Amino acid sequence: MSLDLDALCIRSADGVSLFQPLTLHVPAGKVVTVMGPSGVGKSTLLDAIGGHLAHGFHMSGTVRLNGRDVTGLPAEARRIGLLFQDALMFPHLSVGDNLAFGLPASLRGRAPRRAAVEAALSQAGLAGLYERDPATLSGGQRARAALMRTLLADPAALLLDEAFSKLDAGLRGEMRAFTFDHVTSRAIPTLMVTHDPDDATAAGGPVIALKAAPPP
Amino acid sequence: MNHDGRLLRAAVLAGIGLGLITPIVIGLWETGRAAFGILPALGQEVASLEPWQALAALPGIGTSLRLTLITGFGSTLLSLLLATGFCAAVHARMRPSAGAQMLTPFLAIPHAAMAVGLAFVLAPSGWIARMLAPLAGWDRPPDIATVHDGWGLALMIGLMVKEVPFLLLVILSALGQIPVARHMAAGRALGYGRGIVWIKIIMPQVWPLIRLPVWVVLAYALSVVDMAIILGPSTPPTLAVAVTRWFTDPDPAMILPASAGAIVQAGIVALAVALMLVAEALGKRLGRWWLRRGGRGLSAEPGLWAASAVTMALMAVGVLAMVSLVVWSLAWRWSYPQILPQSWSLKPWTGAQDGWMRALANTLLLAGATVGLSLALAIAWLEGEDRARRARAPWAEALIYLPLLIPQIGFLYGLNVGFLQIGLSGGIIAVIWAQALFVFPYVMIALSDPWRALDPRVIRVAAALGAGPGRRLWAVKLPMLIRPILTAAAIGVSVSVAQYLPTLFMGAGRIATLTTEAVTLSSGSDRRVTGVYASLQAGLPFAAYLAAFLIPAILHRNRRALTGASAP
Amino acid sequence: MKLSLVLALSLLASPALADWQQTLQAARGQTVYWNAWGGDARTNAFIAWVGDQTEARYGVRVEQAKLSDTAEAVTRVISEKAAGQDEGGSVDLIWLNGPNFLAMKDQGLLHGPFVADLPNARYLDLAPGSAASVDFTVPVDGMESPWRLARFVFTYDSARVAEPPRSMAAFVDWAAANPGRVTHPDPSNFMGATFLKQALIELTPDASVLQDPATEATFDAATAPLWDWYDALRPNLWRGGETYPANESVQQQLLNDGEVDIAMSFDPASAAAAIADGLLPDSARVFVPEGGSIGNISFVAIPYNAANAEGAEVVANFLLDPATQAHMQNIEVLGSFSVLDPARLDEAAKAAFAALPSAPALPTLADLGPTLLEPHASWMTRLTEEWTRRYVK
Repeated sequence: MSLDLDALCIRSADGVSLFQPLTLHVPAGKVVTVMGPSGVGKSTLLDAIGGHLAHGFHMSGTVRLNGRDVTGLPAEARRIGLLFQDALMFPHLSVGDNLAFGLPASLRGRAPRRAAVEAALSQAGLAGLYERDPATLSGGQRARAALMRTLLADPAALLLDEAFSKLDAGLRGEMRAFTFDHVTSRAIPTLMVTHDPDDATAAGGPVIALKAAPPP
Repeated sequence: MNHDGRLLRAAVLAGIGLGLITPIVIGLWETGRAAFGILPALGQEVASLEPWQALAALPGIGTSLRLTLITGFGSTLLSLLLATGFCAAVHARMRPSAGAQMLTPFLAIPHAAMAVGLAFVLAPSGWIARMLAPLAGWDRPPDIATVHDGWGLALMIGLMVKEVPFLLLVILSALGQIPVARHMAAGRALGYGRGIVWIKIIMPQVWPLIRLPVWVVLAYALSVVDMAIILGPSTPPTLAVAVTRWFTDPDPAMILPASAGAIVQAGIVALAVALMLVAEALGKRLGRWWLRRGGRGLSAEPGLWAASAVTMALMAVGVLAMVSLVVWSLAWRWSYPQILPQSWSLKPWTGAQDGWMRALANTLLLAGATVGLSLALAIAWLEGEDRARRARAPWAEALIYLPLLIPQIGFLYGLNVGFLQIGLSGGIIAVIWAQALFVFPYVMIALSDPWRALDPRVIRVAAALGAGPGRRLWAVKLPMLIRPILTAAAIGVSVSVAQYLPTLFMGAGRIATLTTEAVTLSSGSDRRVTGVYASLQAGLPFAAYLAAFLIPAILHRNRRALTGASAP
Repeated sequence: MKLSLVLALSLLASPALADWQQTLQAARGQTVYWNAWGGDARTNAFIAWVGDQTEARYGVRVEQAKLSDTAEAVTRVISEKAAGQDEGGSVDLIWLNGPNFLAMKDQGLLHGPFVADLPNARYLDLAPGSAASVDFTVPVDGMESPWRLARFVFTYDSARVAEPPRSMAAFVDWAAANPGRVTHPDPSNFMGATFLKQALIELTPDASVLQDPATEATFDAATAPLWDWYDALRPNLWRGGETYPANESVQQQLLNDGEVDIAMSFDPASAAAAIADGLLPDSARVFVPEGGSIGNISFVAIPYNAANAEGAEVVANFLLDPATQAHMQNIEVLGSFSVLDPARLDEAAKAAFAALPSAPALPTLADLGPTLLEPHASWMTRLTEEWTRRYVK
């Protein structure tokens, strides 16, 4: 598996490019880190890759997953997982139902689906919390649950948007290790945007600096 | 933009255009034609200015116009002043949710029900007079016009009892978007008093956020019919009531000047809004000049407390009015100067049972249908915006407010003519349609902010997990938004229940609702039966608000982030 | 023998009866929308009772469209005509009389003549000039069917007022002695206009001119004393004559609240009925001016485009049934006097009327004195206009 960006460039409504055209290759199980000054459009870059670009932005270049061009596909068809600094658990669903939300429909039957979720919960140290209200979890528990929810959807690539920035220092290291272990073991190409150099160091992969486009 | 989104947006646009805009345009067009003498049914085919001459010659027309302007502008400006002063005085001491809960009964009760209650509370033989009678030695009610008075003061009080709470709610929600405490601290540190900071710093930020609701209040106050029938002067009445009377005059020729009057009514509202714009521009200039002088000496404190006191007094009168409805509905004999009924009875309820059950059934049917339609259209509209990932265009925002700014009397007669031509008049469909014109805007306005406040990243997460647009809507957005959706529905119910003119004009008098019955009965002799209808009329929206509060609390009892304790 | 059989057969097969059978058949299953002023709970209850009866007997349902003013129904028919809806109209039956009837009759908005087709019309005195054949001096011509008798009466609280005024002229002195304690409904309302008409009949030099349509000349001459009287009365009216109750029900409520001492009604039984309903104190009583008071008949008419005209005829006929009229005259039901001609009733029907209960506040026919004829409808229209011109500023 791999994630490839080819001359990806985003222009805002007034036609101004956010950053210089970006070409990069994320191999399976590796984490590529994108850093850059705030406001350069790091999150917008992830929006473009994931298929969430807001109206008014215009994108050129291509996004390829395993060599397949997914640029024209809607977000839900791309199979690109997304993690933010907030866990963003669906507040109306229990912890277990949050995880089950991303399970592919191809996994049929109540029992096997439940089993898959329970297995993911114990992997994340959340065994027995299926029925819990996500609002009652601790910050670390929530972050792990959000990661498991994303992984259960069987993503072909993963995008991390400042995913560790809101955790306190002790938890941050733990969560990085937990996330990167899963990425490596499942061979998921991962793109991370961050402004924390420690994130990049922990990821161990190449670091790319996103540069603002020169004024026209 | 995907195909699905485009189809949805096209459907919404068609729904709005055909369902909302076309009726108003047709209504105005037909009314306008009649205003210029074209009414083929009466054999009038040639355009002329005669209806306008006839209108100008009608007795009392000048007084009617003056009354309309005084009560409309007076009640709106006073309400704005009181609401602002009250907010300034108590904002720091009040939790917004507590404020909203306190205001809910005032917002829920329809104007007509409030008016029926006030008519008793304020009357010379009414509750307040009965409380004063032993002190003042009134063995007979004093001969003072406190209701139906020639200046329209009772009508203004009635409008203010409803409008002050509405404006309070609007201002409170606007204040939620402004760092009031920090600006207040900064202003006071610079040597300005609390009231002055409020006027110079806070209100200029609040005004753009409440401008449209204030216009709606003004348009409503200038053209209200049901409350003006019950509380306003009668010989002559305000213009809107006069026009309604002329439309229902036994002499069909009166339809012509009535139509001209309806157009005048629409013109008054348009001019009033224009005047507000001019006043705003002037206010900006004067305000800037005043700000730049930097004066700190003036103290607004006594004004704030006076405003608070008057607001509290208004609310107290409103509470008395609501309570009096229930007391009357349970009374048998209750004559002056008794403070409480001499004898109690359930007969008002049991005797009129067939009548109020039918009216209640019709009211529920209309509320259900109009709120259902309006919610569906509002959700489709907002979802269409989401799918196109667009913000709302200003013209679209204006479209939503349009039915609230054009006076009902201005286009309902013409709309009825239009409905008759397609064979739709006099039926439940026509009433549902006409009511939905006014229910939809409120539902849309109530739902828009919470919908847009939903964290877009949650929706992106759902998409990244493979959920298509349909599943994102049904499995994520709607469940998360259940509380604002139900609140919007409750607001819709209270708007639908309160509709008087659309039900009267479009229902051909066949569709009896709690409101049409309450207004009819208010010109009868039995306050007890009127009390039954008005209690139900007030109780229904209140029940809807209660449901909007309880249902999400029960559905999400184990979901802390959604119980309102902490916003998601 | 043979002759009488032929006679009987020909009677049975008479076109009218055969037609009525057809009407009954067509009416079955119809719902009649009866547009009637809805301000009186007892009338509303009576109309509901009528609906129950006609549904049980003839399969005709009645829905009352409750009006706050009868003109609403007239306007509705006009706007339907305006839109070219010449059949399937929304109004089937209207309770009306006077100017509303004149307006609808003049503009061809009525169905009929139909009264002669009603089997129960045989109990009516329809001779030319009889009370049931003219409405405000306008010939009915079978276009509307009578259902209740109306007599103009005043109501007062005998516990508070010892001596009510005995004539219209006496109102001026009475009001001067009791300022703010008397008023009348707004003359744009039927009852308010009737108050003025009652005074006009008493005060005008020659009451006979009122039976002809009013002209500029006759109107000015006939009404001059009325305006003098009113100018003297008005300053001492409730609220100084600046505002008026919207209708007689509101004024009855003012009487009950003690805000005024006199109310008025077109129903001699209204005071007794209101006492029974707890709407007036037990001491309420009725009085009429010494010279008598205006009387007229309430009618029902069918619009030309009524969707359920047959059902409406069945209801109109049922209203004329002696049993219905006796039920209506019962003080515990409605207390309205019957419109039937007593001379045409059989013994059983007469006995039913004689057995009706009485009440202290219910006047006898003798108490009510002579019945004064309604002026031509044009007088009322002009009176209202002139009053508005003079006093609405």
